[in-house]
Amino acid sequence: MIQKIKSTLTSLMLVELLKGMALTGRYFFAPKITVQYPEEVTPQSNRFRGLHALRRYPNGEERCIACKLCEAVCPAMAITIESEQREDNTRRTTRYDIDLTKCIFCGMCEESCPVDSIVETRVFDYHGEQRGDLLYTKDMLLAVGDKHEKQIAADRNIDKAFR
Amino acid sequence: MLNIEIDGKALEVENGSSIIDAADKLGIAIPRFCYHPKLSVAANCRMCLVQVENFNKPLPACATPVADGMKIFTRSKSAIEAQKSVMEFLLINHPLDCPICDQGGECDLQDIAVAYGASGTRYTEEKRVVFNKNIGPLVSTDMTRCIQCTRCVRFLQEVGGMMELGMVGRGEHSEITAYVDKSVNSELSGNIIDLCPVGALTSKPFRYSARSWELTRRPSIAPHDGLGSHIEVQIKDNKVMRVLPREKESINECWLSDRDRFSYEGLNSPDRLKVPMIKHNGSWHETDWKTALEFAAGQIKDITNEHGSEALGVLVSPNSTMEEGYLAKQLANGLGCGNVDYRLRQTDFRLDGKRLGTPWMGCNIHDIEELDRILLIGSNLRNEHPLLAQRFRKAVANGAELSIISPLDNNPLMDVAHKVIVRPNDMVNVLGQILKAMSGLQRLSLCLPASLNELLAEIKVRPNAQAIAESLAGHGKDYDLVSPKVGIFLGNMALSDPRFTEMYSMAEAIGGITGAKGGILPAAANSTGMHMIGVMPNSTGMHARAMLEVPRKAYLIVNIEPELDCQHAALAKAAMQKAECVVALTAFKSAALEHADVLLPIAPYTETSGTFMSMEGRVQSFSAVVKPLGECRPAWKVLRVLANTLGLPGFDYETSEQVKEAIFAGEKPSAVVWRSLNNNLKELVEIHVNIKHEGLQRIGEVPQYNADPIVRRSLPLQKTKYNIKPMARMCASQLEALGLMAGDRVLVKQDKGSAILTVMLDPHVAKGCIRVAAAHEDTIGLGDLMGDISVEKLPAAQLNFDKAVITEVPA
Repeated sequence: MIQKIKSTLTSLMLVELLKGMALTGRYFFAPKITVQYPEEVTPQSNRFRGLHALRRYPNGEERCIACKLCEAVCPAMAITIESEQREDNTRRTTRYDIDLTKCIFCGMCEESCPVDSIVETRVFDYHGEQRGDLLYTKDMLLAVGDKHEKQIAADRNIDKAFR
Repeated sequence: MLNIEIDGKALEVENGSSIIDAADKLGIAIPRFCYHPKLSVAANCRMCLVQVENFNKPLPACATPVADGMKIFTRSKSAIEAQKSVMEFLLINHPLDCPICDQGGECDLQDIAVAYGASGTRYTEEKRVVFNKNIGPLVSTDMTRCIQCTRCVRFLQEVGGMMELGMVGRGEHSEITAYVDKSVNSELSGNIIDLCPVGALTSKPFRYSARSWELTRRPSIAPHDGLGSHIEVQIKDNKVMRVLPREKESINECWLSDRDRFSYEGLNSPDRLKVPMIKHNGSWHETDWKTALEFAAGQIKDITNEHGSEALGVLVSPNSTMEEGYLAKQLANGLGCGNVDYRLRQTDFRLDGKRLGTPWMGCNIHDIEELDRILLIGSNLRNEHPLLAQRFRKAVANGAELSIISPLDNNPLMDVAHKVIVRPNDMVNVLGQILKAMSGLQRLSLCLPASLNELLAEIKVRPNAQAIAESLAGHGKDYDLVSPKVGIFLGNMALSDPRFTEMYSMAEAIGGITGAKGGILPAAANSTGMHMIGVMPNSTGMHARAMLEVPRKAYLIVNIEPELDCQHAALAKAAMQKAECVVALTAFKSAALEHADVLLPIAPYTETSGTFMSMEGRVQSFSAVVKPLGECRPAWKVLRVLANTLGLPGFDYETSEQVKEAIFAGEKPSAVVWRSLNNNLKELVEIHVNIKHEGLQRIGEVPQYNADPIVRRSLPLQKTKYNIKPMARMCASQLEALGLMAGDRVLVKQDKGSAILTVMLDPHVAKGCIRVAAAHEDTIGLGDLMGDISVEKLPAAQLNFDKAVITEVPA
């Protein structure tokens, strides 16, 4: 009986509504944490693992020596490499493909690379419109590297002591 | 037998074996770099140090013979410490370039460093650098990586027969090098790639193209010589990347000849035929299989209907599989035609019908090592059977006396006790001399039949022949009187000689008297097999030579380039030109096939299943390792469907195994083989020993890297020093007799054909002979490999001074 009177009163007094409004009011005046992407971006770690890039040395020579360790270590088998002896007798890739639809961004390729050639950049907002757009070839990866080289180098520099 | 104990496990080993052998027997791993069971012990890497009870310092396991009651510890504290220290020393000067090293992933140093090495280095000083050497087109060098194990040096010296690499300098300055400005020319040089425990010697054609862990390994059989070496074909993405030996102690041990190792480059040649082609009004058109087969069958049918079935000639390569040979023969016989043959490089067919069985090498391959006395007739062993030569070398190293009768005095890289260097034709006479000399020898209570005595009456025995006879009869050292181990073998130059029959019969007679094993050493992968299944003319058919001499209206050629693979190049070319229809089953498009009318693309040995029979009668089947390229199909399938299209009954084989079953009629192959192999003759043939030959004779040997279509297209092999342009090679006295000088241009004539060649001084050629290599486009105008030949000096005006003349004589 008492229970029934209690619930009737609560309903009539709109207590639950007020509780809800109070919460809304509290958040309404609290400082906002929503990021206004793309105008704003969240802060990233220098170890962020985003889109892959192939780097070059300052003299423009590609770093990759076709050792195929990244291909061997890749748990998703997303990397395909073909190699040859270039005219100057160095070991170079003729094909370096990463299938980003297979990639799980574990970062093992980056870790295994003896010459810091394959790296993962801070870029995470790439997309593809057609089937095959996410199959990145050597030229595309080198272009990514060229575009972000400054950031890549700076990020690697921060971690220098731990590598 | 001695009782020892390794790591607490008791073991009984033979007297004289080393610790490392004993440990291997027990399955206990001792790390090693310089030790190899097939090479002498060097003990210079020190990696195999183990602790032995009662010795105050670790001992090298490879160089320490076991003693009774020895207690050995391979993982004790002092052993581990010793191994770790040696590893540290070895890595001091070894570069850290594993990521670009081709050995990475299959490197002994990598593996052992992980297992026995320390995790870091204490060495901070500069590392040494050694300049790379260019040792030829097959082996690539990175000498900084070398750890001076000297396996390559020992291999070339002990197995290859010539010390082409050596170590110079001391301590940190020691390095492996060839003679100044020389490359490694051994025909077994590829094996030093396998032997090298680090990446100092790697394969040049394979360089940087793949990693060992990416490759799929498939077993196969080597298709270039009668040895039947076991190989492992390594593939990636349906492409053959490299070929390595597969261990088979009784055949190839753990070695492989360069021809078998590097010929795969020919399989990936741009010359490969990918689709069937038909010639219409003189120009080639690509077409589909159905059209091509119907066209071929239609042509063959038309011609056999019009001119009779004998108007067809079928030539099969002796490098084709037994299945292919069998179906080609069945196809011809089905059409009522007996003109089938595989003996393309033979001139003398007088033994046809006189044999009791299939000729073979007369013993097992590993038996050669045991021989006490060896007679080689007309064989340039290193050229014809590069790896078999190694067995002979072992026999000679074990004390066998080797005698040679040959028109070429090439260095076989082993000690030759006696040799007679004569014109090919005169080899019969020399064999006669040996036979006669034998009849006068003690030990052989010999009574030659009267007919033979009469025949040999006029022969004058020369000292060399006398010496060979004495050697074969067991004079001298190391001869087992109770069970004599004598071997007599006939090589390619004897096989293609016009007097082969006589040589063979005489060799048989000598073999009979001395109790010798032996027989012929056929050049191709399946010669013995082809003979056994009878890919030869029947009683009314024509043999290979007759088919070309009396041109046929139509030819079916399987896996050959007529001008390059036949005995008489000019004749083959003319016959193909004259024919109304030539159906060519071939893996390659080539100039030699321009006279064909239909090209049917067939799969080479890596893309088809089949069976080879080696010269020792071993039947070895293999399967395809990759899918056929383009529209290529296995030749047995092509022949089967061609027969179906021709409307012949009995061609319902679904697999090559079914064809094999039909060949052996359901019996075990070995049973059929051992019943069939027999070198003896039914009856004696007519022998003339005293024929005097006037004029010059050609020695037309087939250079080993020109022997078959696949090898001819392997670029790395074509870049070796063996591959020089054909020249008219003569000895000094012959040059003088003809009034020629090295470097002259001469017109070489044989039959109606001729070729313009440069004269070269070759002291290895017998007098009265001109050595002109065959199977080369420069000499396709010429005739018989061992035929008569004449030279004419070209007037000085035609001298070509632009072309450099090679004066160095390759071995």
